[in-house]
Amino acid sequence: MRKLITAVAAAVACLTAAPALAAGGAEHPKDVKYSFEGPFGRFDQAQLQRGFKVYQEVCASCHSTNLVAYRHLAMRNAPFWDENYPNPNESPYARTIAAAAQIPDIDSETGDAILRPGTVADRIPNPYPNEAAARGANGGALPPDLSVITKARHGGADYIYSLLIGYPNPPRGLTVPAGQYYNKYYAGDLSSYWAPAGVDPEEAHESVPKGGFLAMPPPLREGQVTFDDGTPSTVNNMARDVGAYLQWVTEPKLIERKQTGLAVIIYLTLFAGLVYASYRRIWRNVAH
Amino acid sequence: MSGHSTYIPKSGFEKWLDARLPIIRLGYDAMVDYPTPRNLNYWWTFGGILTVLLLTQIVTGVVLAMHYTAHVDHAFASVERIMRDVNYGWMIRYIHSNGASMFFIATYIHMFRGLYYGSYKAPREVIWLLGCILFFLLIATAFLGYVLPWGQMSFHGAAVITNLIGAVPVVGGSILTWLQGGFAIDNPTLSRFFALHYLMPFMIAGVVGLHIWALHVPGNNNPVGVLIPQDLQRRDTVPFHPYYTVKDGFAIIVFLIMFSVFVFFNPNALGHADNYIPANPLVTPAHIVPEWYLLPFYAMLRAVPDKFGGVIVMFASIAVIFALPWLDTSKVRSNRYRPVAKQFFWLFVVTTLVLGYCGGQLPDQPVIPGVETFTLFDGQLNSYLWLTRLFTLMYFAYFLVVLPLLGLKETPLPVPPTISAPVLSHAGGDGGDGGAYGGSTHGGVVKPGAGYAGRPAVAEPERRG
Ligand code: HEC
Ligand code: HEM
Repeated sequence: MRKLITAVAAAVACLTAAPALAAGGAEHPKDVKYSFEGPFGRFDQAQLQRGFKVYQEVCASCHSTNLVAYRHLAMRNAPFWDENYPNPNESPYARTIAAAAQIPDIDSETGDAILRPGTVADRIPNPYPNEAAARGANGGALPPDLSVITKARHGGADYIYSLLIGYPNPPRGLTVPAGQYYNKYYAGDLSSYWAPAGVDPEEAHESVPKGGFLAMPPPLREGQVTFDDGTPSTVNNMARDVGAYLQWVTEPKLIERKQTGLAVIIYLTLFAGLVYASYRRIWRNVAH
Repeated sequence: MSGHSTYIPKSGFEKWLDARLPIIRLGYDAMVDYPTPRNLNYWWTFGGILTVLLLTQIVTGVVLAMHYTAHVDHAFASVERIMRDVNYGWMIRYIHSNGASMFFIATYIHMFRGLYYGSYKAPREVIWLLGCILFFLLIATAFLGYVLPWGQMSFHGAAVITNLIGAVPVVGGSILTWLQGGFAIDNPTLSRFFALHYLMPFMIAGVVGLHIWALHVPGNNNPVGVLIPQDLQRRDTVPFHPYYTVKDGFAIIVFLIMFSVFVFFNPNALGHADNYIPANPLVTPAHIVPEWYLLPFYAMLRAVPDKFGGVIVMFASIAVIFALPWLDTSKVRSNRYRPVAKQFFWLFVVTTLVLGYCGGQLPDQPVIPGVETFTLFDGQLNSYLWLTRLFTLMYFAYFLVVLPLLGLKETPLPVPPTISAPVLSHAGGDGGDGGAYGGSTHGGVVKPGAGYAGRPAVAEPERRG
């Protein structure tokens, strides 16, 4: 049996290794020790609340999270979960946050376009009325919806963190186009913008810096957000916390999933033991 | 299903039903009293595992379909909303998406098992053919399913594969338009892919029924590979229940543990991050790769410079598997007794793994970075293009050269006349157990007992237990 398990495990390992393509020309994301990692991981609720604040005050002016409704913010394992309000629709936190938002709607009497205060059932509104407006305001680039962003990029929350802190001064010899910003962690190919002084252009391709250009200006500045729990709002802290928040946005059921998984695996292991014992007993007197 | 039935209806209801629709008899003969060789190893548990996986895909799939919206504007969000707003939707969806990968792992092991032990040889050719049809339907089902979440890989993968049909000379273009329901992949394509993805698993279930029916005529093959003569049935087989229900059951649970590790702790490890970016026809991903289980075929497709040629090679790679029973000329089934064939078998396993690896790489990338070579026809010698070509040749050579010739040339090891001979030789000192089956088999000398009589073979080992 052990031989079988090893064989299966080896097959899986070989096969899953196959599609992993080289990451291209970007720096590998920095590893952040997030509390939600590993089979026993949990979200750190204070961190989620700080991350939410960064998101609301900074990212939400350009990005949407179309799949997130205000009531989600008060679900179990969410930033504003409170066990006194098991029904998230009754959560005063979700209600207060929703009421502060202005939601575009249609006046049911007159049919006019209006703005009304949000309710827990509303989804967090899109900062732009349409794609053209979003592109117009961002030099032609579209800020992507962030609802599933940590699943849509290699490196997940580590990548979000790295991207946000990854704007060094461009190395000398790199021409950054107007409206673009150099980022070490953003995948791209900089070879046609790279002409270091005193290096033969033929040789230059060997020293092309890692990273790429994107249309998002460095969004975070020291002290931009005031955290209610007194955490200093360094770029590093804000980037780390908004990374955790976006992990929750992407996978609100992450903790439930891991907890269920542990129970399932313990159950199946015991069940396997029991069935193996029956197997030994039934086959006891049969040569095979 | 074959042979004579040993079912005796007991209650009044069973007698009544048996005279009208002998369905309990069918189940009893197929799953309870079905005589099964007693020397099957764990490689024989994958059929049971596959059955469980098929049921799992159907059940989770039907529930997903209740919440899924097959429309280009809503498909992506509807899948994501299943995972956040439907009770246990995340579990249903992750079981279904990882279930497809598990299905292929089990299918590949199941097929390699058949290849190693010669389970495709007479009298089991039809079982093998039906299995090949199942494999083909499975590939189609998984490909169609992968399009449904309408992410970047869904869309561009579908574009690459359907465009292959456009490579067919003369009629290709019109067939392509007809299949896509338009001049490009769009909403009509998504709706028909959903309809077909819903349909095909039930076709698979139907063919599984035929596959098992065909299996129950000659009975299972076994690691020794010899047929069990009618008069040795009692000694060399055990009834399926409880012997194999318990052994398969154990293997299924172990497999489910591995499955659960993916579903609960690494649900996206086998997928591609780009498929969480909503489909955008105007932005082509840097590397379009299919799911891991199709990579060997994708590699062979790309190895041929001509697009239509590539399509032919890809279909041929599956067609040769169908022809296998007539390509292998050896009289000996099990590779246990074919020392040379055994080595070629393992080389073939490595060949498919290397092809899978090549399928995930860029063709013009060097295999060994930094080594300068020369250009051979259309590519550097040191490139995945040429590595893929080499292994594509090896893939086809295994079926078309090695197996036909080896059967004629190789001298197999002596094959035991019955499965009990090797079974008893390593049964060791646990006490002349062969006697339980009626025949006297001490010392590996076979003196057949009474002919197959079903019940006693059930009762005796149980009584001793
Ligand atoms: C001034 C508007 C603006 C703000 C504020 C902003 N972004 Fe962006 N963001 C963009 C634009 C525009 C892009 C698209 C860049 C491109 O495609 O070149 C983008 C892209 C991204 C990406 C995708 C990068 C990739 O790998 O494709 C992520 C992740 C991201 N932003 C996260 C954030 C986070 C987190 C914040 C808040 C801390 C934030 N953004 C604030 C405009 C903004
Ligand atoms: C042979 C069995 C089956 C296989 C191998 C299979 C395979 C797949 C695959 C690979 C996907 C894409 C998963 C993803 O990345 O999200 C998928 C999605 C889907 N399948 Fe199946 N499937 C099977 C049976 C079924 C059945 C029987 C149904 C419905 C009756 C079904 C309904 C769906 C739906 C609605 C989706 C889209 C939701 C999603 O993407 O998760 N499937 N399937």
